[in-house]
Amino acid sequence: MNAFDLLGFGEKGWGPLLLKGTAMTLAVTISAFVFGAMFGAIVARGKLSNSFLARAAGDVYTTVLRGVPDLLVIYLFYFGGSQLLSTIYQLATGDKGFIGINAFLTGAMAVGIVSGAYQAEVFRGAYLAIPRGELEAARSVGMSGWTMFRRIVAPQVLRFAIPGLGNVWQLALKESALISVTGLTELLRQSQVASGSTRQPFVFYTAAAALYLLLTSLSTWLFNRAEATAMRGVRRA
Amino acid sequence: MDFAFYTEVIVRLLGAVPTTLELAFVSVAIGAVMAVGLAMMRQSRIAALDMFARGFIFVFRGTPLLVQIFLIFYGLSQFPAIRQSWAWQYLREPYFCAILALALNTAAYTAEILRGGLQSVPFGQVEAARACGMSGFTLYRRIILPIAIRQALPSYGTEVILMVRSTALASIITLMELTGVAQKINSETFRAIEVFICAGAIYLAINFLLSRVIMALEYWLTPHLRAPKIAAAPATNGVAA
Repeated sequence: MNAFDLLGFGEKGWGPLLLKGTAMTLAVTISAFVFGAMFGAIVARGKLSNSFLARAAGDVYTTVLRGVPDLLVIYLFYFGGSQLLSTIYQLATGDKGFIGINAFLTGAMAVGIVSGAYQAEVFRGAYLAIPRGELEAARSVGMSGWTMFRRIVAPQVLRFAIPGLGNVWQLALKESALISVTGLTELLRQSQVASGSTRQPFVFYTAAAALYLLLTSLSTWLFNRAEATAMRGVRRA
Repeated sequence: MDFAFYTEVIVRLLGAVPTTLELAFVSVAIGAVMAVGLAMMRQSRIAALDMFARGFIFVFRGTPLLVQIFLIFYGLSQFPAIRQSWAWQYLREPYFCAILALALNTAAYTAEILRGGLQSVPFGQVEAARACGMSGFTLYRRIILPIAIRQALPSYGTEVILMVRSTALASIITLMELTGVAQKINSETFRAIEVFICAGAIYLAINFLLSRVIMALEYWLTPHLRAPKIAAAPATNGVAA
């Protein structure tokens, strides 16, 4: 069988499964990115806060998660999560059960928490890029905290954050390949299975690389479009 | 708290630190050499070289490192021609494949960092150097490289730290570096949280030290940006300042 039959959509082709894996990669990356946006927003708020404790906590979060391998975080969530749940279960029921946890959820959480550290820095930078005068003006016309956030801060933070978020998204997309170690059948895991059963690893890993390349190129294009749209009202120097 | 357990885990994990550091430094060193080549190809006005470097950088920055590792370690073994060639004695070794993949990967990122540095060199400086009669290697050594390296150093520091993190992936192709040993202890003891937190703390310590070294290097390379030292008060011990 040649490579085209193997990768195709015919009877013995792995095409449909590889596409399913690609869809899973996208799904887990999107979930991770959304988790990351939530953590990132909270941590960025902490880092910008006047309270020393909140700033320190934010700094610890970003330093730790950018200094520790992502694979280790995934292991910690996957094995540690089931260790924790099993201990609770054993204490509660008294028998010696073992609880495995969902690979999608732990993978998305782990990659999301790492992504949150990077997104926090992006959001912080974007907030600092808002001209101070605009915040002052909003206060002086009597806007309350929430109104000011909704009308002045959020739209501009999102606008300035787009290029940085694009980079963080690419990181998350590539990190999602590590979730394959937990057995989640995303793109890389699917190619592993396929190369195992056909003994054609080169063909399938090349296919996986090409599909990842397609995803990253498509996202570059989308983020460029988004940036152009968001910046259309901004006068450039 | 089970101190005996923690001590044992940390001692075993520390035993794997040399492998992790070796992986990181060897691949960073090889990657840096390749990156200089790639950056020069990108700067050269020869279309074929430029296209090759662009393609290399596009592929290695656009795909996950783990896919690259698998492609080199498992993928190449598919071809009998490779299995029978002289290269096979290296390509069947996980250590060699991990270094190769890490080096190729970091070369692509570093090349772009270097190119950014080279582009930041003001044209007037190059022009002035040429007007003084410097050319080729002298021009690079005295003018272009010092400016470019200073400019690129902060991003390069981040890249080196990212590489230390990336060495963890070598454990997936059975290499017993820090993460590999941590995973082994976890599978023996089923105490994932303790073991992985210890391993994380060691990585953090390595990267913290590394970031200090890079900061010191930055300080040392930018004497002109420091605040000028105020003339010292007359020496009190009778020795001329």
